[in-house]
Parts: sequence; structure tokens; C-alpha cells
Amino acid sequence: MPEALLTIRTVEKSFGAMPVLRGVTLDVAAGEFLTILGESGSGKTTLLRLIAGFEQPDRGEIAIDGERIDPLPPNRRPVNTVFQHYALFPHLSVFENVAYGLRVSRVAKPEIEKRVGEALELVQMSKFARQAPARISGGQQQRVALARALVNRPKLLLLDEPLSALDAALRRQMQTELKALQRQVGITFVFVTHDQDEAMVMSDRIALLRSGVLEQVGPPREIYRRPRTTYTAQFIGQTNLLQGTSARGAVECGCFRWASREADGPVIFSLRPEDIRPADETKMAPPRSVRFRATIERTMFHGSSELLEITDAGGRRLLVECAGSRELQGSVLFEFSIADAVRVTES
Amino acid sequence: MYGRFYKLSVGLPPVVWVLAFLLVPYAFLFCYSFWSVAGQNVVHAWTLANYRELLRTPMYGEVLGRSARIAGMVTLLSLLLGFPLAYYISFHCSRRKELLYQLVIIPLWVSYLVRAYAWKTILGSDGVLNALLQFAHLSGEPLSFLLYSPLAVLITLTHIYVAFAFLPIYAALEHIPRNLVEAAQDLGASGPRMFWTVVFPLSLPGVIAGATFAFVLSLGDFLSPLLVGGPSGIMISNIVVSLFGAAFNWPLGASVSLCLLLMVLGVLWGTERLQQRLRFH
Repeated sequence: MPEALLTIRTVEKSFGAMPVLRGVTLDVAAGEFLTILGESGSGKTTLLRLIAGFEQPDRGEIAIDGERIDPLPPNRRPVNTVFQHYALFPHLSVFENVAYGLRVSRVAKPEIEKRVGEALELVQMSKFARQAPARISGGQQQRVALARALVNRPKLLLLDEPLSALDAALRRQMQTELKALQRQVGITFVFVTHDQDEAMVMSDRIALLRSGVLEQVGPPREIYRRPRTTYTAQFIGQTNLLQGTSARGAVECGCFRWASREADGPVIFSLRPEDIRPADETKMAPPRSVRFRATIERTMFHGSSELLEITDAGGRRLLVECAGSRELQGSVLFEFSIADAVRVTES
Repeated sequence: MYGRFYKLSVGLPPVVWVLAFLLVPYAFLFCYSFWSVAGQNVVHAWTLANYRELLRTPMYGEVLGRSARIAGMVTLLSLLLGFPLAYYISFHCSRRKELLYQLVIIPLWVSYLVRAYAWKTILGSDGVLNALLQFAHLSGEPLSFLLYSPLAVLITLTHIYVAFAFLPIYAALEHIPRNLVEAAQDLGASGPRMFWTVVFPLSLPGVIAGATFAFVLSLGDFLSPLLVGGPSGIMISNIVVSLFGAAFNWPLGASVSLCLLLMVLGVLWGTERLQQRLRFH
């Protein structure tokens, strides 16, 4: 991994008696798109506000390029923020909104003209330079807010659920645009969201925050394929949690049984719905796989795929996702590869 | 759709009210100002004599000018006192906000007369202030210029109308989204820079409303000058009162009132236009 731009070390923060962040340590590399993902109340916005300087940590350090920024006021940090509700100045035109940061730092007039022009160009808002913020749409305000932050060429851009106020279609479009824009300008993005799909689509890495503690940090694929805890496995996508025990070189989860080198004791595995598939009864089971017979309880057709709710011989309900090309009914033979069952810890 | 009866019963009362208690009296006032008086009788013949009298006698212009000056200074003082107070309560108090707000409002529940009289006991030659000054040996003789002077009127009116300036300013400040303050800081603005580029411009509609209240209300005030103003502190409304009362010259009184009314309307028109230009949403 390249050298860390932002380092967060054992940061703690409480509001009154309520602990919000309980020892968060995180490195963000230069040029990275990192998403802090979490439910509401997980502390993700507080973490962002600590980086921006609107809150002070009770303990711990925050540094950019190795220099501590936590003692600095927000206006002295090389960081800019895109706020949840854009926070555009209503009394200034789009142009003046974008120029605000440059005027504050006494950039020369022709330079301001040039850079604001470029920033508006970048977000395709040049036509609206003279408009008042109240006269443009939510998506357009979003772009202006982005331009206003980017024009200052911050080392780090913080985005606080910037897409949450947009409707679904515009939101998807902005996700792609934002990601492309980040590649283009090469600025490090720290993006906060509660939407796991958004996090998966946009991020280089996801930091999953739960009740003020980082549950898992990693690239979207890794977090999805290799969740470490039951919480992560359930929060990111859908999953089946198989509870059982490991003893004498074999794992037994309900009616499933396979050889394994897990230590003896209780175990939980996460098995994604798409990793279970209908088996071909005429063929032998592939090596290192588990086959089982189950009854189909319900099917939910999603077009390209189909979600099945099945009950196995032990009465356990499982979710199966398969291509929606054939209709399945009654008792069906299923199989999954042992490699796809990921050992997770209870959390 | 609403029935005709409903429309009439809802729409008529305000129309009647405005007609009976505003437009008709103003029409009377207007007419009176073009009539004259002979002995104990009002002569119902059109004349410009009253207005000529107003122009000829310098006293009217002087008092009107003084009234405007006092009202202007009351406005300025009210803003200078009211704005910092409103800003402090709105932006820097979190827990005691309600309490402080109430403390500013409470004097409004006290009778105007009581508040004006209070200043009489403070500023009088044997009043609280003089007693204090003498106690501290800062002055030998009681200062007599404190009470019965334009200064006393200015102090009393400011005390009474500062709350009227405070309220709209406070409301405007409360309506400024706090994330704008954070956005300004985030973009590198220091505290004062943030204040002058974001908070102050966005509070201007409230400042103008507050200034209008303070100016218009104090311009037409007659109780404070009557109680604490003395001969040198009389204002235009005192003249109107005496013309309608002791002098029994209703037509002249009406013409003075009309001049005052035009002045106030001019101020209201001007500030309304200013406010419209400052509306952002």
C-alpha cells in the first residue's frame, strides 16, 4: 500500500455520557477512495466531523502527511467538505460560491476566474455561473458543492452522504460521475454513507463502522467475499449463517458435514445465496462440496436472477440465488463448495 | 368551492375593519388638514393655509427634524445593542438560550409608563444616578441636564424599543442554517471573515425589519418626551397632541399628522423595497 495520507490513531469521542467513537484507527492512502459505511448512529458522521475539525477528539490523533491536524481549527486544515445538504451560500451566485475559498485565501483575481471556470467546467455547471443556488435543482446544487470544495485543491475531500437527497436514478448517475471525477482529479476521497450498494460501487476500500468501532476494513470484494464477522456478512449483501460445531477434523452444521481443519468448538460460517446452486443429479458431486436436498418454499423473481427460500432436511431456512432461467419446484438437490463457506466470528 | 355566504362572512369583517378604523379616519384627517378654524368652529372650506403655516413657522420643521434625529439615534443605538445581544444568544448560547431570550422579552410585558417613569427616578436630580455620582464624589452638585432633555428621551426610547429591534434580528439569525457557518470555516474563513461574509449578509433582512420598527415607533412616540423630555426634548407627536387638545386647532394638527404619516410611509416603502432585494429564497 502507498504511504498513508491520512492517519487516524485510537480516536475516541463521547457526547456527554454517550461514547460515539471507541478507539478508531485507520489509514487512508493518497489518491484512495475510502468509504466509511455504517448504520445511523454508528459514528460515521462524527468521524468525518473530527477530520474536518468541527468536533474535537477526546483522545487519539489525526494527522495528514504525518502532521497532526487535530489541534487545528477547521479553517486551517488542508481538507474540504461536501455537506449532506450542500450548504451553498444562498446570497452568493454559483460562481461566488465556488470562488469563496479562493477569495478567502487571497488568490489573485485572474487566477480565481480561471480556476472557478475550470471547476464549473469539471462538474458541467459553467452555464449556471450567474444563477442563485435557489434557482437550480438538487443535483445541480450537488455539483456546485463539489466544485466549491475541489477548486481549493484540498489534500483530502470529505463527503458526508452527499447523494442521500437525490432520487434513485440521479443518485446512480452521480455515483459513477463522482468515481470518474475522483480518478480524474486524483484527490483522496473519504466518503460517508449508510448505503452498502453505494459503498460497493464507488470505493477502493470500505471501512465498516459499527457502534463506534471499525468492524472490518478492506476492498469491496474482500469485504463481501471474506467477511470476518456475522455483522459484516449480514450488513454487506445477503447471507446464510450456518451455526455448528467443529470436532475431530470435521465440521457439522445442522445436516451439513464436511472435513475441515478448524479447531474444535462452536463455529459459524457465512454462505452467500449465490454460492448455493441446484445440483445435476445425474453427475457425481464435485470434490470438496456439500450436497443436500431441500424443499423450495418461495421464489422471488428479479429478472436476471431469482431468489429462492428453501428449507433443508433439518428444517433450516436458507436463501439461494440462481439464474432466473428455469423454474424450480418441490424438492430439489442443491450443492455448494466448502471453499465458499467463510468462517466468521459472532459479533 | 366556498359558498357565497362563507366568502362574505370571512372576507367582510376585515374589509369593514380597515374601512371603519383606518381609511375613514385617514380620510377625515386628510380633509381636516385642508380646512381651517375660526374661534371655536372648524370652517369647512378648502385652504392650503395649514401647510403654509407649517412652512412659515420654523418651529415645526425643527421639531420634526429633532424627532427624526432622535428616532435615527434610537434606531442606531437599538441596532448596536440589539444585534450583538441577538448574535450572542443565537450563536453562542446553547443551554441558556431560551432563558436569555425570555429575559429580553419580559420587559415588553411591563407597562410602557412604568418603564418611562423608571428612567425618571434614575435620571432625576435627586435620582439614582445622581445619588451614585455624588456618593462616589464624581460630582458635587446634582446634574440637572440628565432629566428633561433630548438625552433622556433618547435613553428612554432606546430602552423601550431595543427589544423591537432585537426580535427580528434574532429571528433572522436563528434561521441561518448552521452548516453554512461550517461551510465557510471549511473553506478557510476565519471567525470574523465568516461573520462578515455569511452571517451578517444573511441577517440583513432582520436588521432592516428591526431598524424599521425602532425608527417608526420612536418617531411617533409622545409619552417618553412628555415624561422625560422637558421643553427641549419635545417631539412632533407632542405638538400634534397639543394642537388637537389645548390649542384646539384640529386642521393644523391634522396637517402635522399627515406630514408625519407621509414620512413613515416613505420609510416603510423604502425598507420594504430593500428587504425584497435581500430575499434569497
